[in-house]
Amino acid sequence: MPVERFPKALRALALAALLGATPLAMAQQSVADPGLAPTVAPDPQLESDVMELSHKLRCLVCQNQSIAESNAPLAVDLRNQVREQLASGRSKDDVVDYLVARYGDFVLYEPPFKATTLLLWGGPVLLLVGGAGWLAYRLRRRASEVAAAGHLSEAERQRARELLAGAAQPSSESPESRS
Amino acid sequence: MKAKFLVPLILFIGLAGFLAFGLTLNPREVPSPLIDKPAPNFSLARLDDPARPFALEEMKGQVWLLNVWASWCVACRQEHPLLVQMARQKIVPVVGLNYKEVRGDGAINARGMALEAETAMAIERARRWLTDHGDPYVLSVLDIDGRVGIDFGVYGVPETFLIDTEGRIRYKHIGPITPESLKQVILPKIEEIRRAG
Repeated sequence: MPVERFPKALRALALAALLGATPLAMAQQSVADPGLAPTVAPDPQLESDVMELSHKLRCLVCQNQSIAESNAPLAVDLRNQVREQLASGRSKDDVVDYLVARYGDFVLYEPPFKATTLLLWGGPVLLLVGGAGWLAYRLRRRASEVAAAGHLSEAERQRARELLAGAAQPSSESPESRS
Repeated sequence: MKAKFLVPLILFIGLAGFLAFGLTLNPREVPSPLIDKPAPNFSLARLDDPARPFALEEMKGQVWLLNVWASWCVACRQEHPLLVQMARQKIVPVVGLNYKEVRGDGAINARGMALEAETAMAIERARRWLTDHGDPYVLSVLDIDGRVGIDFGVYGVPETFLIDTEGRIRYKHIGPITPESLKQVILPKIEEIRRAG
């Protein structure tokens, strides 16, 4: 897949062509092609570092894939850059800085904490604190309502006693009307 | 609290507002961190004379466009007539950055190809394409492996960079240039830089 931007009509056409060509392409891939073997660093430790870092970097072409997962040509290029730079002794932070300088924070799956991302990182905390505050307010209000309801007047107490003793109807009728 | 029933409605309107705004954004257009920064320097072989390297400094003192293109790029064909027209009107010098001419083409398996052979093929293909479609560039350079493209943060073709007299990137256009984007964004920006400089 070449990295390019198709106009809409062409994109639809390309999709149709891709769908049509998929079985063919797969058939071609299954024929062992030494040219298609992925580049791998000889040192396994280095390769695992490359993959670890690649999983944290977003592919700009297939935006929901990391450059470790994507096979877009740009992802392959960037993976090679990561490998090359780590092999030459640069630290992981150096490599990340190199890519951020060119593609921006967008390449990072984990956005950095700074002024523009304050709401992003602080949002959940804000929601938690807000929710907890609201809950505390509601609970306190309910408690005071219950407490307020707990104070009965002498007449109410008297009536409650009568009700509990079964001496009165739960209405305004007088006890004598009971037959 | 008589209007309590309005709370879900207000929350919904707020959420819908956010989502509606989100729909107007294009996630494919990743803002470049290179804007207002010095353009990364490079020295690449010229397409017209591959023995001669072209360096970015040679354009110092001019306001110019760096247009990333390739013969395999379909969207480049869409913007190309506009570039040719701009060249004819001598609006602004445009340098072409021919990006991964051979290995970028999905139809060619360039792995294992020797660099000399790949370069020769790239030159042949790029020249033929410019003969067929017109050459709007003051010159084109060959970025065979896409390394300079990475330095410029290129993630697709075409892309166009507006570079000022001091060699700073002032604007990046992602995707094909349209007559509207040229008139509404690029030309005013060129004017602005020329007035200020």
